[in-house]
Amino acid sequence: MANLKELSKGKELFTGGHRACAGCGAAIIARQVLMAAGPNTVVANATGCLEVVSTIFPYTAWNVPFVHSAFENAGATISGVEALYKSWIRQGKYDKKVNFIAFGGDGGTYDIGLQSLSGAMERGHNILYVCYNNEAYMNTGVQRSGATPHGADTTTAPVGKVKKGKEQYRKNLTAIMIAHDIPYVAQSIAGNWRDLTSKVEKALSIEGPKFINVFQPCRLGWGFEPELTCDMGRLAADTCIWPLFEVVNGQYRITYKPKEKKPVIEFLKLQNRFRHLSKPENKTILDEIQVRTDKNWEKLLQQEAPKP
Amino acid sequence: MAKANVIARTGNEAMAEAMRQINPDVVAAYPITPATEIVQIFASFVADGLVDTEFVPVESEHSAMSACIGASAAGGRTMTGTSSQGLALMAEMLYIASGLRLPIVLADVNRALSSPINIHCDHSDTMMVKEAGWIQIFSENSQEAYDNMIQAIKIAETAKLPVIVTTDGFIISHGMERIEILDDADVKKFVGVYKPENYLLNLERPITVGALDLQDYYFEHRRQAIEAIRNSKSVVLDVAKDYAAKFGKSYGLFEKYKLDDAECAIVAMGSTAGTAKVTIDTLREKGLKVGLLKPRLFRPFPKEEIADALQGMKAIAVMDRSDSMNGQEGPVCLEVKAALFDKGLNKAVINYIYGLGGREIRLEDIESVCNDLSSCLKGKAVNKINYLGVRD
Repeated sequence: MANLKELSKGKELFTGGHRACAGCGAAIIARQVLMAAGPNTVVANATGCLEVVSTIFPYTAWNVPFVHSAFENAGATISGVEALYKSWIRQGKYDKKVNFIAFGGDGGTYDIGLQSLSGAMERGHNILYVCYNNEAYMNTGVQRSGATPHGADTTTAPVGKVKKGKEQYRKNLTAIMIAHDIPYVAQSIAGNWRDLTSKVEKALSIEGPKFINVFQPCRLGWGFEPELTCDMGRLAADTCIWPLFEVVNGQYRITYKPKEKKPVIEFLKLQNRFRHLSKPENKTILDEIQVRTDKNWEKLLQQEAPKP
Repeated sequence: MAKANVIARTGNEAMAEAMRQINPDVVAAYPITPATEIVQIFASFVADGLVDTEFVPVESEHSAMSACIGASAAGGRTMTGTSSQGLALMAEMLYIASGLRLPIVLADVNRALSSPINIHCDHSDTMMVKEAGWIQIFSENSQEAYDNMIQAIKIAETAKLPVIVTTDGFIISHGMERIEILDDADVKKFVGVYKPENYLLNLERPITVGALDLQDYYFEHRRQAIEAIRNSKSVVLDVAKDYAAKFGKSYGLFEKYKLDDAECAIVAMGSTAGTAKVTIDTLREKGLKVGLLKPRLFRPFPKEEIADALQGMKAIAVMDRSDSMNGQEGPVCLEVKAALFDKGLNKAVINYIYGLGGREIRLEDIESVCNDLSSCLKGKAVNKINYLGVRD
């Protein structure tokens, strides 16, 4: 795996000058993924924050070939690109080694793009799909998605006099991807470059469909100070709200085990979207989040443990 | 002149055969009646190693067009096929394919749109996407479907626009006909090698496809696409001319049948044109000077040429195999009327909505249309919009 010095020597493939918010985690993810992937990479991007901030004509932040067509179809679009590559290789018209990477936000991946993603994974294309998961529709103004956690305040599941934010729990998309029996599935965060870049490198070394669900703190949608983005990502890992692990050919490996597992409140209290949980009458929601986080972590430890 | 081989093929088989000879780099498709066979037959060509194509059996038509867009933007010759609800599901992506100026060719087997659900022919699917920026070519029979497919790939790549070639569901798609097909080598030579200017797999020159255009650029890019579809009419004619020179088969913007000396005309697209020709022959013998104008190119609509061809007519019957659902005439009739109006021609134009959901259009039905035209010539009043063959 490349070290930070080596990574920083490469040409910037996702350049500065884009229009992302100060402290945007999606831009960090795109830059680090491309650092690890290198220049022989074609990117497909679902409609969303990343596409909107990086390709305002006549500018582009992408120093690699890039295609965006619609919201719900990054999986299918990159499938088409990869299919042409296979066809040309077979016909002897092309001889380069190319990485095919799709980026989608949680809206474009968990919700509207799930079918397209599932189809691409089932068909076995040699692609890596990276979900930059900021847990809501941030591009349209913080609406709840299938990735939005229980209790979060969003504009379509707002905290009101009766309702306390999102009532449901988030969809476990990583588990859905694991259930596709693809060779590589992982969770990572914005805020741990080594974890993310090494997972991208590993994924791209494996033939077949790969998926990485990258937890992306969003200072605008979550409501925290822009300099805290990477801290927020690390806190998600330290509280086990977002465990870092990978599943290689069905084998689980937790890639980061916090020395001391922090209580979820340490993560939640820094964000406006959970502000209402500090009220005494909402303590049950807070407790539920802790219980569920603990349960999921225990389950993951079991999944990693070698079977007797 | 290259020689042709005579074989028996259904419309779907003919289209699949054309695709085999074109040998595209990528085909991405999803099954839907009555177009399923096209990609099913094509999949067997792939399985037998008869083509170099990477076949992507996607999980929906939306993904079919999305994968085609990916493959075409990446630099490949790309084709697909669908029908009805499939075309409707693709609609979002059809606009994107044309906006990105990608020369994808789509074989569309015309079928009614739901609801009620129905699997049989009408033109409502193709009409639904008539504003999607795709060149639209209609076929009367399997032979035309075959010839149109081969021309379409050249039209698309020259005009840098996607092309829909249609047949009529079941009537053409499943009807066995005698057709003449070209030698593989002749088709290969005719379609040539596709050389895109900019493409994703060109790593030396990375491009951004599908950028965000705001108030400062969107209009200019749309304006270019608008101009491209307007100009594509001449591309269609150039390719037809080349096809005629090489293979002796004549195609144009539309076909005229006994129209030049006619007093009145039927305008009909697709398989109904064949039925109309038979009826016209019969009624000509009875003294009615009726002719046919069969639009081949519906998008872009060749309005000047069609108005010119119809200017000598005293009455015109426009047959629409779909309704506009806008309280006015059917889509083809509206186009014809607009074309005549622009030429300052105030004609008696009668509209017939017919054949919805595969309702049969018989010789007697066309004869009744001709009788209306005859009444019109005699100065009798005729309904402007008629629903042919429906139980009112």
